[in-house]
Amino acid sequence: MISRLVPIGVFLLLGVLLAVGLKIADHKEDLPSPLIGKPMPAFSLPLLDREEVIVDSGTLLGQPMLINFWASWCVTCRVEHPIIEDLARSGAIRIVGMNFRDEPADAKAWLQRFGNPYDMIISDRSGRTSIDFGVYAAPESFLVDAGGTIVFKQLGALTPEVIEQEILPRIGNQGSVAR
Amino acid sequence: MNLITKTVAVLFLAVLAATTAMSQEPPVFDNLEQELRFAELTAELRCTVCQNQNLADSDAPLAQDLRHEIHEMILAGRSDDEIKTFLVERYGDFVLYLPPVQGNTLALWAVPLVLLLGGAVAVFFVVRNRNRKLAQQRQAGNG
Repeated sequence: MISRLVPIGVFLLLGVLLAVGLKIADHKEDLPSPLIGKPMPAFSLPLLDREEVIVDSGTLLGQPMLINFWASWCVTCRVEHPIIEDLARSGAIRIVGMNFRDEPADAKAWLQRFGNPYDMIISDRSGRTSIDFGVYAAPESFLVDAGGTIVFKQLGALTPEVIEQEILPRIGNQGSVAR
Repeated sequence: MNLITKTVAVLFLAVLAATTAMSQEPPVFDNLEQELRFAELTAELRCTVCQNQNLADSDAPLAQDLRHEIHEMILAGRSDDEIKTFLVERYGDFVLYLPPVQGNTLALWAVPLVLLLGGAVAVFFVVRNRNRKLAQQRQAGNG
């Protein structure tokens, strides 16, 4: 009797394992960042348009910001671009562009062609800071609160849904939507 | 005709030479031990952009940068654990092809062992039952 039930039990167990595996596979792209809840990595990098101005990460704190890693070679960044423009227009949050592993001339030409929605663009030409942020690919965006803690990371292009559901609720009333 | 084939061959060799020169700049180390450690580390760390390749095999810009970082850390005298921690702090456990034994990976490590033990136990009982039956049959046959 029992020996007849064993294969059924094993079969059910395998079924459960497969179902769980498929469920996990669905979310394979949501790689959790170990940086969430931690202070943002420190950096000291020049502005893209004025290389003589060095921005220290500490001076950026005090209000929440969205750090958007982008590059002129990144095709998805073009798809994301109008969404960032909309967010910038709403004035909900300060948007810092992090142009990484890119030629400044290419980056500037890209901005001229598509428009510049950023409050400030920092140039991480070597990509060293992008490694500190654990950036896999472009685009990636980090939501940093006023105290400098990373509270959310978007892997890949931002979407209106992500902005609505993940970003705006996390900045609460701190970001002045008025304007 | 012959000229065209020759030209194509020369062009092909030129491109081949150029690409291998670009992609393979062997990192310079102080000694063989460092070089071996570099080879081992880059083989067991995942290239996060091209998820089914390790850092040693990948030509993605990120993999090149990470190899460069690892190279510098080895020259700076950092240990293997320190280098792995550096990467895990930034990219998560996902960069390790060999995941650490910890709470959320316990099932991953335990299941094969449990299956192996379960199989051994099952084989033991099946064999014992069969032996008993054979013995009974023999007795019945003799009797």
